[in-house]
Amino acid sequence: MPDNRVFGQNLFGTKAPADQPYRYPLWRYVIALGVLVIGILYALPNLYPPDHAVQIEVDNASIVIGTRFTAQARDLLEGEGIEVKRAALTQRGSQIHLFSEIDQVRAKDLLESRLNPVGMERQFIIALNLAPTTPQWLRDLGSKPMTLGLDLAGGIHFVLQVDMQSAITKQLNDEADKATSLLREANVRYIPSEDFVSEVDVHIPFADASRQAEAMTVLGSSYGPPNHIIEEVEWRGALAIRIALTQDRLNEIEDAAIEQNLTGLRNRVNEIGVAEPLVQRLGSSRIVIELPGVQDSSEAKRILDKFATLEFRLEASVTDRPSQIEVLPYEGVDVRLLKENIVTGDNVTDAQQARDPETSLPQVNMQFDSIGGERINRATAPNIGRRMGIIFIEQRPVVVNEVVNGERVERTKIETSRRLISVATIQGALSYNSRITGISVRDAQELAILLRAGALAAPMYFVEERTVGASLGDENIDRGMLAVVIGLALVAIFMIVYYKVFGVIADICLTMNMIVLIAVMSLLGATLTLPGIAGIVLTVGMAVDANVLIFSRIREELKRSPPATAIKNGYDRAFVTILDANITTLFVALILLAIGSGPVAGFAVTLSIGIVTSMFTSIFVSRGLVHLVYGNRAVRTVWI
Amino acid sequence: MNLNIDFMAHRHIATVLSVLFLIASVVAFAWLGVNRGLDFTGGVLIELAFEAPVDPVYVRTILAEDGYGNAVVQSLGSETEVQVRVPPVPGIDQSNLGNNIRASLVDGIGAADLRRSEFVGPTVGEELTEKGGLALLVALGMVLLYIMLRFTGKFALGAVVALMHDVVIVVGLFCMFGWTFNLAELAALLAVIGYSLNDTIVVSDRIRENFRTIRRRKPVEIINISLNQMLGRTLVTSLTTLLVLLALLIAGGEQISGFATALTIGVVIGTYSSIYVAANLLLMLNIQSEDLALPTKDANEGAV
Repeated sequence: MPDNRVFGQNLFGTKAPADQPYRYPLWRYVIALGVLVIGILYALPNLYPPDHAVQIEVDNASIVIGTRFTAQARDLLEGEGIEVKRAALTQRGSQIHLFSEIDQVRAKDLLESRLNPVGMERQFIIALNLAPTTPQWLRDLGSKPMTLGLDLAGGIHFVLQVDMQSAITKQLNDEADKATSLLREANVRYIPSEDFVSEVDVHIPFADASRQAEAMTVLGSSYGPPNHIIEEVEWRGALAIRIALTQDRLNEIEDAAIEQNLTGLRNRVNEIGVAEPLVQRLGSSRIVIELPGVQDSSEAKRILDKFATLEFRLEASVTDRPSQIEVLPYEGVDVRLLKENIVTGDNVTDAQQARDPETSLPQVNMQFDSIGGERINRATAPNIGRRMGIIFIEQRPVVVNEVVNGERVERTKIETSRRLISVATIQGALSYNSRITGISVRDAQELAILLRAGALAAPMYFVEERTVGASLGDENIDRGMLAVVIGLALVAIFMIVYYKVFGVIADICLTMNMIVLIAVMSLLGATLTLPGIAGIVLTVGMAVDANVLIFSRIREELKRSPPATAIKNGYDRAFVTILDANITTLFVALILLAIGSGPVAGFAVTLSIGIVTSMFTSIFVSRGLVHLVYGNRAVRTVWI
Repeated sequence: MNLNIDFMAHRHIATVLSVLFLIASVVAFAWLGVNRGLDFTGGVLIELAFEAPVDPVYVRTILAEDGYGNAVVQSLGSETEVQVRVPPVPGIDQSNLGNNIRASLVDGIGAADLRRSEFVGPTVGEELTEKGGLALLVALGMVLLYIMLRFTGKFALGAVVALMHDVVIVVGLFCMFGWTFNLAELAALLAVIGYSLNDTIVVSDRIRENFRTIRRRKPVEIINISLNQMLGRTLVTSLTTLLVLLALLIAGGEQISGFATALTIGVVIGTYSSIYVAANLLLMLNIQSEDLALPTKDANEGAV
């Protein structure tokens, strides 16, 4: 007797003596039928092809999108000869379903020109969308179609690398500023230097040991575990104090930088106007962005790529020491500004491009948060008549070649350009509302977007970009579906020819497996990609394996036992083999899932789910069907 | 099926054949190397569909004039479609290259529909190569461990050698024919491991069962009986899998063809290896029924 018990029990067989007619318990039929019905309900939405649609959302407009707005938008399009299939109100705004892709693009352009007049701040976000057409009764059940991956729907996939060193350097600079001002307040003299900060730590040198010791007591209370390492060292031939960040603190900075960049990017992506964008962290220092339906990557990149912020500074007075002053050119004249920022772009909560009502020159209206408002008020109130400068800082990545240890390596460096965009005399105490003048229309427009989108904690650069055109996406869907149909048909015909009645049973199980697989993927919210379809096709080929194993075993058993016993033994003895084979395949699929992003993951997901569902259908369900055909009567011959 | 083929009689021929194939693959790998695709090398790829047929030579001229002399131009299926690839150039940020090339071709030839465009940075490519290799090793390691637990060390060794045999030969063939190896092909390679493993386990399972039930026969005979018993199933499963792969090759299109090719070869070789490599190795390791004797009743309590 082979060992067909797994984990101490026989899951699919029973202990009934082999010579008695075997009865298949009713509850097993109920489960099989239940799974089939639920499977059909959740797989069904995938049969309704999505509509080409245009989605309208409110951006700056004060209008609330309601049924009247939707009806008006519909009338507008129909007035221009674009046939509207359906106009509906969704949680996010209006969604207008159209009949073709050409209509979709025309409708977007039309709505754009009508709803967002030229020269005004954008009122509405109008995005292209593929809208699901799942009937209401299915949606009430929570049933929805699988999301299509970018290779099927068309769109852009970006991966951005966050430059962590720059976030760390920024933090170290802050620490150096804070430490030196603490020392100045306590009247402990240090040797001034331009380069306190290295890539990993801060060094503050002192003239003698007593000052170093004094400084240690001053700084000791503010610096130390758990965030800092502080120690007395010798640095460049002088006594110094070294401040470094602990690993925990470094991790915190990295996490915070990624989080802040994610928020900034989400805001920017919203500016582009995409129906269902994805912005997600990828590993420790990368961010992935997916923009379905977007075709023009240069336009998207122009908004994502630019990293700009502002610094507001007072003009230096005669009494200020040279080490506190930075000189920048403005309209051909050098302007001396204080190094200390009053506020930065981080403190801006809202920014609008506008025109000066009197001169009609472009300007940006800004609103500060409470800290920013307070700071700018405190700085400007006693300084009326003094000038204030605004520095526009733009960062972009540049790849540089370097020779390290005789080897040529590439490094992406972040090039920062700083430009003084405005120097104006303070007319009165500024507060939460402020404006920037003296810039071009284009600059005003971009500055408003960039300020609104928020500053980024660390610069980023593109490390991967994949665009799939809409036409290729459609073609991929058609080809994938054709491959599934041909594969399914070939296997089904073969099984019937080779196993006759049992072949029909295997085909029924195979069909049910497809339904359950698609239902599970839809329920899990999995994304269907082209490799995912390949995974489904492969599942079709491999899912019949369990049935093949069982059937060939039954054929063997038939040589020495009567049909009823042969069938029972066939199922029981093949079970362990099937389990072993599938568990190991599942391992491999899970490894694929762990290493893979994008295409590999899509394949791994379908393969893993397919393995599990095929075990259920080809053992549990097929056994039920076999008993339905051969179970309750004396069987002499079996068509296998 | 009532077969009685003496598989193991030919096992020495099979050993020679396998060794020859393995050597050829290793030589091809070392000499020709893998033709790594964009996913692993980094670089730029763009595919455009023009309204009228275009000559790749003309496309190359236009690109050379605009300073993209290192671009590789290739016609795709229909004559209106063109693929342009640019290898990674150290020291140059290529993230905007795709858009520039597209603009240059639209200027020089005419309106074109963007089919797809890809840019992969050099670091991403390197990381993927590392990760991919690691994944293969981890997969093999886990398989080894699982089979050691479920079967015995000799079976585990047989299975893993069979898997490595399959993977090396598939990669070797990719090197020999210069087919592009991308992420999708790596996925196919891992799927080949899954498939070949499936086959090997099914055969091993029967060998184990027969070692326990059939007495007074030599190991060679027992393995032969097992292989014959499983032959029908092995061939049927391989056939159904090959049928669906055929469907993928016919209908799947250019983007999936590399994947389908790798799997097709893998399935054929996997079927061969589960007969000749895994079982052959069991004999070489001198497998005896004592290796597989059922544990005593006491020891079995509470065990798997």
